[in-house]
Amino acid sequence: MFLATSPVSLFETAKESEVQQSIWLTMWTSMLATIVFAFMAIPLSYLMARKTFPLKKLITGIIDLPVVIPHSAAGIAILGFVSRNSVLGKIGSSIGLDFVGKPAGIAVAMAFVSIPYLINAARDGFSGVSVRLENAALSLGASPSRVFFTVSLPLAWRNIVSGLILMFARGMSEFGAIIVVAYHPMVTPVLIYERFGSFGLKYARPVSVLFILISLAVFILLRFLAREKDSSESSQNR
Amino acid sequence: MLELRNISVTLGNFSLKSINISVDKGDYFILLGVSGAGKSMVLETIAGLLQPDKGFIFLDGKDITYEKIQRRSVGLVFQDHAIFPHMSVKENIAYSLYGRIESPSEKKNKIQKIAEQIGISILLNRKPSTLSGGELQRVALARTLIQEPKVLLLDEPLASMDIQLRSELRGLLRRLNRNGQTIVHVTHDYEEALSLGGKIAVIHNGKILQTGTPMDVFQQPRSEFVAHFTGAKNFFRVTTSKDAGHTIAIVNDKISIYLPAEAYENNGYIILRAEDIILSRQRIDSSAVNNFEGTVKDIIPSRTGVEVLIDIGILIHAIITRESMNHLEIAEGNLIWISFKATAIRFIQA
Repeated sequence: MFLATSPVSLFETAKESEVQQSIWLTMWTSMLATIVFAFMAIPLSYLMARKTFPLKKLITGIIDLPVVIPHSAAGIAILGFVSRNSVLGKIGSSIGLDFVGKPAGIAVAMAFVSIPYLINAARDGFSGVSVRLENAALSLGASPSRVFFTVSLPLAWRNIVSGLILMFARGMSEFGAIIVVAYHPMVTPVLIYERFGSFGLKYARPVSVLFILISLAVFILLRFLAREKDSSESSQNR
Repeated sequence: MLELRNISVTLGNFSLKSINISVDKGDYFILLGVSGAGKSMVLETIAGLLQPDKGFIFLDGKDITYEKIQRRSVGLVFQDHAIFPHMSVKENIAYSLYGRIESPSEKKNKIQKIAEQIGISILLNRKPSTLSGGELQRVALARTLIQEPKVLLLDEPLASMDIQLRSELRGLLRRLNRNGQTIVHVTHDYEEALSLGGKIAVIHNGKILQTGTPMDVFQQPRSEFVAHFTGAKNFFRVTTSKDAGHTIAIVNDKISIYLPAEAYENNGYIILRAEDIILSRQRIDSSAVNNFEGTVKDIIPSRTGVEVLIDIGILIHAIITRESMNHLEIAEGNLIWISFKATAIRFIQA
């Protein structure tokens, strides 16, 4: 694919405002989905790692469900609870937030299919934090919330960052669920599909290559930043 | 000051059964028991990390049985130190000051003061991963002591340390106690218990078998387990002195026993294994420097032969075989000589 794409066509495609807007939309909606849903996913991961409660196994199964079901089916499910007739849709509409055919809907679809990656990574991170350290913090007078923010979260941070990167990546690459919830505005995977369907392989290829290159650059940068943080912490440890 | 009344706790298949402990202000209280006896569970129950099924815990007369961990005024030092690895030593020590001390200068002074007291001033900016086991233990102590707990709870604080470090930390713990800190210390090591404890409780299978002073527990064990565990039938409190280059332990102001040549503190305990005592009809000329004549008070069959109780001014237990007893014609009321080497004596500094 890379060899069949000339630098000229790649350059011309990169200049197209439709392509630029699509890539930008894909990136910011995925970032938004990751950040917003992390506030729910991280505490949930902590509960899953630390607490025993009825139906825990069922909840674990539900968390992993988006990984195994067809994403078009996931899109239909999302449409059910964000459409204008649903409770969530009505609440959203009342404050001027529409989901169907809107970036907010794209973000929800991205989050739905990618959140298992964050929850599982964060849960593994929290499981790796010694309960003794949390108990020590409690016995030093810290409240449970302070223990979470000063001990559990920093010590699980490496896994959480990894989960955030994976969630962001998975969100960017989502197609099946998004095409059901919001064909327009077009995220890049939908744009590639649109160009392939309407104009053929030749027109779809440069956008694909461009999106792959940009994704690659973003993830290399994110991994690099995460590693930089780790190595600066470990050098402080020395 | 600290009182546990009929505390029972269940954790999986193991349970603490009706634990009664009373610790006075300024006490150095030792909980002595083998691994798996339930010692750490007692500490964690006092600290509030485990909830009792029944019973009460009182601190200064206040019922703290179901008090939140944060409000108990007790400080727990974990066996594995539980130092926060992502914080510096200073941040670890300052952890409990959050919300209690606002002024940075007051906080700094407090940290500096405790660091000097514990001897870790030069470690304040280090990360825990660069510290040795002994240094981590000191940091854990400083971090707990800065809270000014009414009772300091120590879970095997000297375990897995070399002799030099152990001796230093014992000195530190003694100093803290002398300065008025009430301490409850859990250990499986009876030497540690003797060296530090003002009061000892022996725990086994989740039950307290005996509580008392070191003399009570070691000289008058009230159960076979305590006798076996403490393993010291010939156990005496002594004062030491020097005489013509020899170190002498004086028991009850009347019996002088030669000790190995090292210099000792003035007070301590000596332990002599019953198997290390030689009995003879007459005084023997040997390398054993301790020779006494006494009267046989009792003969008790034991698993390995017979235990002979001899009165030499103090009661000495000796274990010999049945053949030796028959050969020496040992009988109650007979006079007999006992001898043992100075190097057979174990001296424990009090």
